[in-house]
Amino acid sequence: MSSKKSTVIHGGILVDASSDRDGEFDLLIENGRIAAIEKPGVLKDKADVERVDAAGSWVIPGRVDLHVHLREPGEEWKETVQTGAEAAVLGGYTAICSMPNTKPANDSAEVTRFILEKAKAAGAARVLPIGAISMERKGKQLAPYSELAKAGCVAFSDDGDPVADAGLMRRALEWCLMLGLPLACHEEDRNLSCGGCMNESPLSLKMGLKGFPGVAEDVMIARDIELARFTRGKVHICHVSTARGVELIRRAKNDGINITCEVAPHHLVLDEGCVHEYDTHFKMMPPLKGHEDIEGLFAGLADGTVDAIASDHAPHDRDSKLVEFSRATVGILGLQTSLPLLVEMCLKGTMSRKRMVDLLSAGPARSFGLPYGTLKVGSEADVVVLDPTRRWVFSEQEVRSKSKNSPFVGKELTGQATHVFVGGKRVVSGGELVR
Amino acid sequence: MSSHSPGKSPIKTDGPRFFVRYLLVKLSSVGLTDRSMVDHLLGIEGLSKTDIYRYLDAAHSFVEVSERDIKKVPTLRGKTIVHVFFEPSTRTLASFDIAGKRLSADTINVSAGSSSVKKGETLLDTVRTLESMNPDVLVIRHSESGAARFASQYLSRSSVVNAGDGSHEHPTQALLDLLTLRQHFSALKRGIEGLKIGFVGDVRHSRVARSNIWAHLALGNEVRLIGPSTLVPREFAAVFGSSSVKVEHDLATGLRGLDVVVCLRMQLERQDEHFVPNLDEYSKEYCVSERLLKQLAPSSVVLHPGPMNRGTEIAGEVADGHRSLIRRQVNNGVAVRMAVLYLLARTVESHEVGVKGE
Repeated sequence: MSSKKSTVIHGGILVDASSDRDGEFDLLIENGRIAAIEKPGVLKDKADVERVDAAGSWVIPGRVDLHVHLREPGEEWKETVQTGAEAAVLGGYTAICSMPNTKPANDSAEVTRFILEKAKAAGAARVLPIGAISMERKGKQLAPYSELAKAGCVAFSDDGDPVADAGLMRRALEWCLMLGLPLACHEEDRNLSCGGCMNESPLSLKMGLKGFPGVAEDVMIARDIELARFTRGKVHICHVSTARGVELIRRAKNDGINITCEVAPHHLVLDEGCVHEYDTHFKMMPPLKGHEDIEGLFAGLADGTVDAIASDHAPHDRDSKLVEFSRATVGILGLQTSLPLLVEMCLKGTMSRKRMVDLLSAGPARSFGLPYGTLKVGSEADVVVLDPTRRWVFSEQEVRSKSKNSPFVGKELTGQATHVFVGGKRVVSGGELVR
Repeated sequence: MSSHSPGKSPIKTDGPRFFVRYLLVKLSSVGLTDRSMVDHLLGIEGLSKTDIYRYLDAAHSFVEVSERDIKKVPTLRGKTIVHVFFEPSTRTLASFDIAGKRLSADTINVSAGSSSVKKGETLLDTVRTLESMNPDVLVIRHSESGAARFASQYLSRSSVVNAGDGSHEHPTQALLDLLTLRQHFSALKRGIEGLKIGFVGDVRHSRVARSNIWAHLALGNEVRLIGPSTLVPREFAAVFGSSSVKVEHDLATGLRGLDVVVCLRMQLERQDEHFVPNLDEYSKEYCVSERLLKQLAPSSVVLHPGPMNRGTEIAGEVADGHRSLIRRQVNNGVAVRMAVLYLLARTVESHEVGVKGE
């Protein structure tokens, strides 16, 4: 993905948590890497370079998404590696980790290699496959971790299905510790969630829908914290959605346990009230929460308990949402909408932009031990120029994913990735894919 | 609330509130388009006291029709009513069917067992297919909450009557319960406002209770929800946005001073979900007996939406006793459904006239 051509991005405000920068800097890309970061004007006379005017924009590290569903192989009508990787770069992501709940599941090197080949052909975001924790994600037999790691998997997860068997989880943690790779855990005790399709609350009682109590998530987080403590293995908690879950992780971190976690943007900006008309676009797993939990998530973002914001991009075809609420598929598109939602938070003063950038790049990279998400000189030139004031409509035509299951379709959003570089190669220019 | 102090934090925690508010405004038209020009009866929630009396007054006039020798009026002649029952039902289906026929409408019944639903057709396709045949009203019964509303959002010509959706609402049942109470209390020179009404049993799964609660709150009545915490969780007090709703786990305390006791069916099919240890334990604590009523609510009347489990939620002597209005409820079901069908089908017609006139 490297490019011989040199590029100077000038005039913007460079925000990078990993190098602790938030100010006016120009950036030089050479040979696919970040060659220099200088005060404005220093790179002015550099000859034979392509120049990108970033005046009024933020220059940030390419975003790293720890949680994406690409649906290929098996459900290509919902999403393919190519459409997902393209939606990713349009949303300012340069590296996305693809969950293994494909059909077949990513529990063999063949599937991993298949995904990587598709990603290479797409030539958009880097795609980093996540292997399954158990064969076919059924929770019965360990997946071949070493084989998967050699093929290119960066973590393991049975996402969508929790690992109910604590004994299997223990051995998985022990094995993956040898490989130095994390287990990304979808935390849910199915005996407690019991088919619940929205947050258990007065609202679920009113609507007559089965509630999913937050404690179904909390007890599994608690279990995996203790297993991580016991095995010293690396646990990453996917899409934490409860205040109590954040508190458990906070304490585990204080205890020195090897644990990280992510929060999904929809759990920050939407609340359970959104489902009040049985609109299946707001059906998520874990379900949207009440304000007390949302406050807890923000507290976790504030004090560093939360390491990453991950989209949980979950494409679903129209038909699977056009059914009774309890029967609808779960999830929402996230790759193209998370950036504007978070930028808006920064602009409203909810979060500093350096912290936001950390949560989108260095934080997730740190969680999975990835060499991305930084603008340090010498690193891969995964760079995003972000215009925080650009207003645009997320129309159906703008949706790069094959599926359109987002409540934000047709809405005006603020903030867009105008230029995106992956390994020094420009893949998005002026907010559009470079063909 | 969370323990950190917003002042010191780099992230202000008024964020979520702001966002939710902002997004709800932005998302007000999300997903579903309401192209409907017709009226539906999807639930009692949101109906005013006036709306409720409108249905009850109409039902009152239809009670007389059912007592005639020739039980038929031409009111809805030429109208078509389709009953789409995705869930088995005996009394509700029979009641709607008889109501439609007494109004001279053409009625047909589509039950899930005999239709394309079994062949994998979606709810939406089923109701749209039926709508293509231009029925005036679709009466929908479904096992999932929100199903009738969902269907109504995609129909443009037919009115939808919710004949029960999951654990959510069963509006015609609430109306027939009110009609029954109105008849009883008017004989005592009382109205149906200012009553104390208690619902005993599995409120959690009861669409009958939910519809009734909304109705009684609209009428300004005091509502008590009585049952074990697994079936009547404390949170129920906050569900309806009214301080007139109280939760009570002790049957005797809950019954004290009630004017109306509604016994809810104990759903035997839910036994595997650990809501009660066993039915024996349940009935020992929560079966409504004549002894208790005599002692605690001597002038009360008793309703039950049926079908009853005698000896589980209601003692036989209560079901058959002097305070039971249960048979009267069934009788009123027809009149109430005639009223609902009449008011909705008539509305369809007036809209049509309006369109043509423009």
